[in-house]
Amino acid sequence: MLTVEGLRSRYGRIEVLHGIDLDVASGEIVTVIGANGAGKTTLLKCLSGIQPVSAGSIVFRGEAMTTVPAHRRVQRGLAQTPEGRQIFTNLTVEENLRLGAYLFADDKVDRDMQDAFAMFPILKEKRNLAAGGLSGGQQQMLAIARALMARPSCLLLDEPSMGLAPILVAQIFDVVRSMKALGVTVLLVEQNAFGALSVADRGYVMETGRITMSGPAAGLIADERIRAAYLGI
Amino acid sequence: MPELLQFLLSGITVGAVYALVALGFTIIYNASDVVNFAQGEFVMLGGMITFFAHAAGLPLPLAALIAIIATAAIGVALNKLAIEPARGAPVVSLIIITIGASIFIRGATQLIFDKQLHRFPAFSGDQPILIGGATILPQSLWVIAGALAIFFCLWLFFTRTLIGRAVLATANNRIAAQLVGINTNYVMTLSFAMSAAIGALAGVLVTPITLTGYDVGLALALKGFAAAMLGGMGNPKGALVGGLLLGVLEAMTAGYISSQYKDAAAFVVILAVLFAMPQGLFGRKSTDRV
Repeated sequence: MLTVEGLRSRYGRIEVLHGIDLDVASGEIVTVIGANGAGKTTLLKCLSGIQPVSAGSIVFRGEAMTTVPAHRRVQRGLAQTPEGRQIFTNLTVEENLRLGAYLFADDKVDRDMQDAFAMFPILKEKRNLAAGGLSGGQQQMLAIARALMARPSCLLLDEPSMGLAPILVAQIFDVVRSMKALGVTVLLVEQNAFGALSVADRGYVMETGRITMSGPAAGLIADERIRAAYLGI
Repeated sequence: MPELLQFLLSGITVGAVYALVALGFTIIYNASDVVNFAQGEFVMLGGMITFFAHAAGLPLPLAALIAIIATAAIGVALNKLAIEPARGAPVVSLIIITIGASIFIRGATQLIFDKQLHRFPAFSGDQPILIGGATILPQSLWVIAGALAIFFCLWLFFTRTLIGRAVLATANNRIAAQLVGINTNYVMTLSFAMSAAIGALAGVLVTPITLTGYDVGLALALKGFAAAMLGGMGNPKGALVGGLLLGVLEAMTAGYISSQYKDAAAFVVILAVLFAMPQGLFGRKSTDRV
């Protein structure tokens, strides 16, 4: 579904991605784990189109995406929940969700919103409040729900567990797991390697802008090096 | 109290002009956090283009329409040629670009047109209407109606339409707006076109009362900016109330104290209001959790 080859990207003169190869098959949950500063967020930004790519290619559902502007990638079914939530703080929860479905103006928008409220009942309770007043966990739920409103076939999730209380972290990973039932393919970027690997089918390990290991999630969780470096075991 | 009523009526007329300029500020500010100081130039262009098109023999409504469309096109050009290439620059730099653009437009206007003051006929004649011992020009009613109509349309636009909310979303978080599929370049272009068109409409409405010339824009931009700040930047209701309040305040000062103090009085009150309420009368309070 999503194939990345030789992807390079730079901030000014400093290259942060040194040729990333990665693929995600339809229906999979794939995770990219790695330490802070490894380039995981930059990778997702390249995929969603808000970070320029200096070399390499991104193919999504058979279509070259490398030079397609960000707002058109959403149209093709590639949605991102950005790092740090990035909700519209001055708009209400409901307006945030409605804007998630900005590309659509049909009856399904209302049904999708009801589905979002069913998935996250707290958002229904706070639907008319400014989104900036939500707690961190609620904002994360809103960010995921907003991305789903765009009816994506592939969801790019950037650090959904960041800064959340442990009970919320577990809840967010349950949500990620439930994407399979919705038929949404997921590319999940996480520092919480254990949580990410336990919901994912496959994983990639990223270090200073390169993929250093990859394989089935169960294999990575059992790997000595991963356990020592990322799981603290 | 015919005197008081007269001051009030003139104040509301002037205030409606300020409100129209302030409403023009609202859209670009909402889309980008930029205060567009070329807004007064849009008002000037609306009047000047209408005058010269009318003088060339076109009927007044057609001349006005041409002026509004041409000014909207100039607004789009301002965005495409000056604001968009500076994407990523701090808001203050963008504001300074708009000041530069306003100087450029003023200079170009005196070259292309001239340096004279101009006027075209009022829409419904110049016979003053008597109200309780005071008088008001029919054209003033046009200005007031124009301000109310634009306010109502903008209010609907920002609260009832998806594209209006997309404008607000773009200002709040440009990256996130792109990630939900909003073409933020289009939103910016649209907001410059709308702001310019509103400015031009204001120019068309007020020229029969105040006359127009290449250099009337600056003063209007400053007063409109003050009105928008007073009411709360970004809020159409604030722009309307701020404009009317400022106009009435000036008229009262000019009437009861001295016309030399009218600008000073207005700005003193604005300073006082902003000191107590930095968001303006109707400004949004921003609450963010980090």
